[in-house]
Amino acid sequence: MSSKKVVLYFTADITDQPIIYRLVKDYDLVINILQADINPQKEGTLVVELTGDNFGPGIEYLRRLGVAVQPLTEEIIQNEEKCVSCGACTAICPTGALYIERPDMLVKFNSDRCVVCRLCVKACPMKAMEVRF
Amino acid sequence: MAVEKTYQEINERIKKGRAVVVTAEELVSMVKEKGITRVTSEVDVVTTGTFGPMCSSGAFLSLGHTKPRMKMHKVWLNDVPAYTGIAAVDAFIGATEVPEDDPLNSIYPGEFRYGGGHVIQDLVAGKTVRLKATAYGTDCYPRKEIETEITINDINEAILFNPRNAYQNYNCAVNLTNRTIYTYMGMLKGNLGNAHYSTSGQLSPLLKDPNFKTIGVGTRIFLGGGIGYVVWNGTQHFPGINMDESGTGFGHAGGTLAVLGDLKQMSPRWLAGTSMLGYGATLTVGLGIPIPMLNEEVCRYAAAGDDELYAPIVDYGEQYPNFIPSNLGYVSYAELKSGKIKVNGKEVPSAPMSSYSRAKEIAGTLKQWIQKGDFLLGEPVQLLPNTEAGIKANSLKG
Repeated sequence: MSSKKVVLYFTADITDQPIIYRLVKDYDLVINILQADINPQKEGTLVVELTGDNFGPGIEYLRRLGVAVQPLTEEIIQNEEKCVSCGACTAICPTGALYIERPDMLVKFNSDRCVVCRLCVKACPMKAMEVRF
Repeated sequence: MAVEKTYQEINERIKKGRAVVVTAEELVSMVKEKGITRVTSEVDVVTTGTFGPMCSSGAFLSLGHTKPRMKMHKVWLNDVPAYTGIAAVDAFIGATEVPEDDPLNSIYPGEFRYGGGHVIQDLVAGKTVRLKATAYGTDCYPRKEIETEITINDINEAILFNPRNAYQNYNCAVNLTNRTIYTYMGMLKGNLGNAHYSTSGQLSPLLKDPNFKTIGVGTRIFLGGGIGYVVWNGTQHFPGINMDESGTGFGHAGGTLAVLGDLKQMSPRWLAGTSMLGYGATLTVGLGIPIPMLNEEVCRYAAAGDDELYAPIVDYGEQYPNFIPSNLGYVSYAELKSGKIKVNGKEVPSAPMSSYSRAKEIAGTLKQWIQKGDFLLGEPVQLLPNTEAGIKANSLKG
């Protein structure tokens, strides 16, 4: 069973639809919400990891509703040549993808937990966090 | 009788390859196990280290004469202005200088991707650096402009001279406002979203000799991957004791060092150009100091562990920028290193700005140099002022 990370863009008129419920109930998808920014009557984005045999039909359902679906193709890379393990990124990373391994106090990056919010890319004093397409 | 050792005795042992050297981290557990008296007699030197962003760093460059001669008036290195009001072809490149066309904070928060610290790192890495200079022309120095390329090997001298490094202790920075702020202590999320600290705690040089009993003018040190020297106290050297409102002491703070060394023997691994989002450019400096175990008192201070060393918690949202003395309490480096602290009753994620793993590597490298007999201790010709000097900070009027 494959699992894929996608970015969903909503327009304001469909934020009242219970689409996650439909994806679970009708398409039997396992949904892991990585990032969500949805406000009533405003456009919103969701970054989700979808797992299940009905991935294709589920995506088709979303597109029919008017949700723009894009694969999450950007990823963040920790440039280990540049990283000095200072730790400045670890308390601002919202998902714990960047963390300090104790007791060695080395900065580690778990890309599976990364939602590509890019806070670390901006905040890294060594410019060691890079976006790859 | 209590042990008393001299620099000469320790250096003799270093020369013979018989000196016992441990890192400050190793000393902490050693003393817990064996006690001060035994460790003081067994150990000759304790090595410390720190690797963090250190403003008040820079390099003097003596560029060499041009033909015809030129008395440089303005100098740029990779578009970053250097100060040349010293002599005809001498310039000082400061770590925090940025190019004149840098957008700064006009697009907030500014990125400050390249500045003086990056120029220094590029030079140390042996990279080619663009030199531009202008002059007004004199009878003896007629040339008015030059654009050329240099490397660190082409120029006559390159001397790292950092007027204020190795802060003894530093604030743990938090943000009590409700918006994210961008500081020299990193990105601080509002409503106590995170807490940043910036010393290597039990490895930090001036926390391990807090009364300046061994560190002074002439102390030989690890600087930027090479050998350097303590040449004076640093600027803003205000050695004191941190206290809470009830007068309880929380250890030493306020000491700083001025350090110098030949940039040509240093390494880009230990001098790294640094960009603080929304704040500016600077240089991250690797610095390590050997502390001779002259007696039990020196050893006792050097053996302080992360659980015995404290940082003051300071609000960088309102109080720090407005120069309002504030203290939200003290927190031990053991707590800070755990990744979670308590501030105003709230659990706050804590993260360092200075690299403990690199600090440990510096202390380990210095230990090896001394063990191999390559690095002798420099006996200070003059110790630096300590808390007894009662130095008070002045601030500007207006």
